[in-house]
Amino acid sequence: MPRISRPILLLLLAGTAFLALFPLWGETFYIRFVTRIMVYALFAMSLDLLVGYVGLVSLGHAAFFGVAIYTVAGLVNKAGITSAFAILPAALALSAACALVIGWISIRTSGVYFIMITLALAQMLYYFFNDQKYWGGTDGMNIDRRPDLMLGDMVLFNFNDRVQFYYLALACLVVAFLLLYRLLRSPFGHALVGIRANEGRMRALGYDVQRLKLIAFVIAGTVAGLAGFLEAARGTFASPAHLGWHESGHALVLVILGGIGTLFGPVIGTFVLLLMEDYFATLTDRWLLIMGVFVIAVVMFLPNGLAGLLKRLERRDG
Amino acid sequence: MSLSYVLIQTLNGVQYGFLLFLVASGLTLVFGIMGVINLAHGAFYMVGAYLAWWFAAWTGSFVLALLIALPITVLLGLVIERCGIRYLYERDHLHQVLFTYGLILILNELQRLLFGNDVHGIQTPPMLAGALPIGEVQTYPIYRVFISVACIAVAGALYLVIQRTRLGMVIRAGSTHREMVSALGFDIGRLFMVVFGLGVALAAFAGMIAAPVSTVYPGMGEHILIISFVVVVIGGIGSIKGAFVGAMLVGIADTYGRVLLPAGAGVVVYAVMALVLLWRPQGLFGRAT
Amino acid sequence: MAEPVLETAGLSRLFGGLAAVQDVALSVVPGEVHAVVGPNGAGKTTLINLLSGDLRPSSGTVRYQGEDITGWPAYRVARAGIGRSYQKTNIFREFTAFENCWLASKAKLGRLPLFRPARAFRETIERAERALVLCALEQRRDTRAGAMSYGEQRQLELAMMLATEPRLLLLDEPLAGMGPEESQRVIELLRKLAVDHTMVMIEHDMDAVFAIAQRITVMVNGTVLASGTPEAIRANRQVQQAYLGEDH
Repeated sequence: MPRISRPILLLLLAGTAFLALFPLWGETFYIRFVTRIMVYALFAMSLDLLVGYVGLVSLGHAAFFGVAIYTVAGLVNKAGITSAFAILPAALALSAACALVIGWISIRTSGVYFIMITLALAQMLYYFFNDQKYWGGTDGMNIDRRPDLMLGDMVLFNFNDRVQFYYLALACLVVAFLLLYRLLRSPFGHALVGIRANEGRMRALGYDVQRLKLIAFVIAGTVAGLAGFLEAARGTFASPAHLGWHESGHALVLVILGGIGTLFGPVIGTFVLLLMEDYFATLTDRWLLIMGVFVIAVVMFLPNGLAGLLKRLERRDG
Repeated sequence: MSLSYVLIQTLNGVQYGFLLFLVASGLTLVFGIMGVINLAHGAFYMVGAYLAWWFAAWTGSFVLALLIALPITVLLGLVIERCGIRYLYERDHLHQVLFTYGLILILNELQRLLFGNDVHGIQTPPMLAGALPIGEVQTYPIYRVFISVACIAVAGALYLVIQRTRLGMVIRAGSTHREMVSALGFDIGRLFMVVFGLGVALAAFAGMIAAPVSTVYPGMGEHILIISFVVVVIGGIGSIKGAFVGAMLVGIADTYGRVLLPAGAGVVVYAVMALVLLWRPQGLFGRAT
Repeated sequence: MAEPVLETAGLSRLFGGLAAVQDVALSVVPGEVHAVVGPNGAGKTTLINLLSGDLRPSSGTVRYQGEDITGWPAYRVARAGIGRSYQKTNIFREFTAFENCWLASKAKLGRLPLFRPARAFRETIERAERALVLCALEQRRDTRAGAMSYGEQRQLELAMMLATEPRLLLLDEPLAGMGPEESQRVIELLRKLAVDHTMVMIEHDMDAVFAIAQRITVMVNGTVLASGTPEAIRANRQVQQAYLGEDH
């Protein structure tokens, strides 16, 4: 059951305040970069709901992220629809629908089976987009224009304005965090934590474990879809790699680096890892080699992630 | 579609199935006995293929390259088991996934660093270079027949080892009752090393003998890894028999998918997997939970 | 006699061709304490698992309050009002005693609300607290379950079951592994519960069985050897030979 101690709460508030004020002095490049980080943090946070709270290690979470991106691409490029009023609900609905189907098949299994099946089903979607010229094939496709949000002639929100978009990403991240946090404090959330701790006992107590897992899976997939919508509007590019398994594996790294089962941990993890990746990429072309070593080091020496480190420091002080 | 064409495609499917069986049986063995999910399994396939290519170019002999590259790859696998994987036996699957994911990143980058991004072909050994006539006009490369035969030989050897030897008995016991292993007087750590080495050897050997047909290219390990997952999921985790049936099913489905449904070829095997799972969530030969 | 609350007919379960439970007919009337006894391997725990839905029967039926519940998944059986405890302590070790019971009491909510805080459901908290008090664990309310003594963990196991407010209790060796003093405490608790619950109880401690059971079923090799009042069972020659042995 999620508890956020006072020092960590203060840290989170300070971090949020920093992010809220950052565009006042941040350079354009960094405003864009932090926007991207926040989008991926949202994606990682949605995965933490599954991995950290329900104990479902999904290796196919990028599928829902990518499906939302292709939904935007399809509506803008193929159907000529650009209104976010239509695009956002469609992207969320399709991600949720995919999560429902993939979840329904995979949740009947557990453990390693679950890992392999989520990976394989996500890979099926990967090949669907990868093999078809219509969707741009392996090269992916540029999204012709960003969504718009108009009421009559009035522009409610300008997706092309990078500062506005920055705040949209920040707002989505904060609101998603608060909603998931609230979710985890509800009887439903408590039940998820119980499932992770002792699934069999939960059944004997009268919990419909399969159903609860499926609901959690769909919620996580939908939040990943929101991240996908933002990524599409930000990067205006849809690529099969967005739903490939490297994207899913990368998201797992973000989650464990930040600290599983904390929701805020993956956000910290995303900031740290993406900044690191960016830094190493300027040093050498072979930066993935360094990242590989780093990932292994995290698993070996920091299995509770940065959030675990914070908690440990806190305990030593208190 | 002529009869000989169907025959050739079926032979291709079966040959691909045999290859998949080698890789998937290693994966399922390592999981079934050690309880470790090894994402880097495909990376050993790649390492095997690249080393075979490199040594073949260096020595001029594919067979010699095989003999040198296989022990090197297995040694690499054993070192990785010793230094890393062994600390993950009791840990979460999540940690195993991430550790072996990190290994993939490292091995992929090392491959790029050492051998570059190009696709390389390996010359078929001269004595296997010919082709057999099939029907009036078509032919079938002898080397593909050789792959199937080699896979059958390895599978047969694997069967004999598992069914007939003391080591095999321990392996069989280890997959169901771990405490039996120590009761039989075996050191569990040593057993795990042997099994992991065996898994690496199977993957690497498959990569090596496939190389003249498939060429060697960056990312080859991941493709085979994910297809092997599909095979294992279809067959049931930990079941060698399941791995065989799954591999044949996937090999043939994939080959015919490419011929009949070129636009959706990549999707076919996954659709097969989904269908099997709807029918039997634990796979064809998996133990019901 | 009253309509049985729980009734099985021809209940069997095979494990790879071997019958762990074979053709068992069990009838439990409301309010009774029904003990199932028998040597190890008689199929008692398998029987409980069949009743609770943890296992599916190979054949036969289970009826609860007149309704056929054969093959229902465990969670549905639990929601219908059948609670169970496990022989091997099965609790949430990382949670406190209260959290364990609270998790149990919230199962009764059925369709779980997603966004209302759990604290808002006062009745679930009250149910959990009541269960703790009933099992004399209120002093240990905020202790982590994993840190409690074995006897306390066994009591918690019962408290969790009670927090779901079941009408029928399936108890798998509630006294297993307990010292005499702890046993006495749990026997007292069971007596208290017997007032307004129906119970099916597996137990090895024959003194406890004769002390609280109104009806005893003796199982041997997966089948029912005899079933009757404690007096009848005590007097039954077959039972004496097969099970009670020289002790009685």
